[in-house]
Amino acid sequence: MADPIQKHAPTAEQDQRLEVAIAMLLRTGVVFAAILVAIGGVMTLRHPEATVPNYKIFYAPGAAASAAPANTAMHSIAGVFRHLRDGSGASIIALGLLVLIATPIARVVFAVIGFAREHDSLYTVISLIVLAILVFSVVHGR
Amino acid sequence: MTVLTFTLALFGTSIIAGLLGALTGLGGGVVVVPVLALLFHVDIRYAIGASLVSVIATSSGAAAAYVREGFSNIRIGMFLEIATTLGALVGAFLTAMVSTKAIGIVFGIVLLYSAVASFRGHHEDVAPQHTGGLADRLRLEGEYPAEGGLKAYVAQRVPAGFGIMFLAGGLSGLLGIGSGAVKVLAMDQAMRLPFKVSTTTSNFMIGVTAAASAGVYISHGYILPSLAMPVMLGVLGGSLIGSRILIRARVSTLRLLFAIVIVALGVEMIYSSLSGRL
Repeated sequence: MADPIQKHAPTAEQDQRLEVAIAMLLRTGVVFAAILVAIGGVMTLRHPEATVPNYKIFYAPGAAASAAPANTAMHSIAGVFRHLRDGSGASIIALGLLVLIATPIARVVFAVIGFAREHDSLYTVISLIVLAILVFSVVHGR
Repeated sequence: MTVLTFTLALFGTSIIAGLLGALTGLGGGVVVVPVLALLFHVDIRYAIGASLVSVIATSSGAAAAYVREGFSNIRIGMFLEIATTLGALVGAFLTAMVSTKAIGIVFGIVLLYSAVASFRGHHEDVAPQHTGGLADRLRLEGEYPAEGGLKAYVAQRVPAGFGIMFLAGGLSGLLGIGSGAVKVLAMDQAMRLPFKVSTTTSNFMIGVTAAASAGVYISHGYILPSLAMPVMLGVLGGSLIGSRILIRARVSTLRLLFAIVIVALGVEMIYSSLSGRL
């Protein structure tokens, strides 16, 4: 079928290569994140007899630190890196979770590069829009 | 209860949730949140935070297997991610504005819908129709491996699909789930994409959608490392086992069983929310 749009479209083979590369990136990110989370998890369980914090009570960010459960929530990305200096298990888990969250963002960055190299300006722009939305969310959690 | 027993119980439950989520295609999130809230008495905001993290892990972890099959369509996925990520941002901000009661009720409704949707048959594949509209200009088309070689397809009703995707993203951000059932609804039912293309592209999109909520969740303090740890590792492990079994097992009996569990959780979520116990 002679479709005028087809001649600009990159080959399916090019697309498939890009997708495989992206999938490998995703898996590497997840494995790395899972290892960090598992290491942090083992570290937090060094005191297995401690009682479980009351997770039924929600502490909004900015609440008195003394009121929050022993394992406090992640409140900012910068905070995760600050807490890393304590070397606590929870801070290693938090780092692993950040790696995990970064993985799909890296996938979009990868797609931007891939589409740009295929000279597909339409999809380069579409991926950049998605990336901008993700960056907005990350900046919000900074 | 000690931290060790609590963590192990949570880990075990998450493995089962991930396993069932993979076998039925609904994802682990829809089970993890109600179980955390109803059984483990965790505040629903911490529950959706832990679930969101496990959703990202499952989506990214399974992507490699799906891509190799050659069904997922990276262009259709990327275009629709504009809708899902915007929706997710709105949903994530909404969590701080609405009551936990409202979140619980919406969650219950989504559970009931998911149970119904997991039984709905999908449409027959239609012959590709180039209508000269958005789908052509955005090249929302492709080929997939079928019996007797590659089969071509073109997306239909793109604005409707885009709109439903925004809703799917909103639910993902509000409830900390992948909302795969709604994503498949948009691609399979509205855009008339082949079923396999819909499900695999949906899985591919779930991680990016969830990442859009993650920054907002962090700033709201929803993500507790101690809680997210067993949930993420458990759901990820369970879903990896599940996707291996899927190739061999007959899932119809299991699907029925899972649907009953989902309906029970949905009813309990709505009841608990209305009676103010959530």
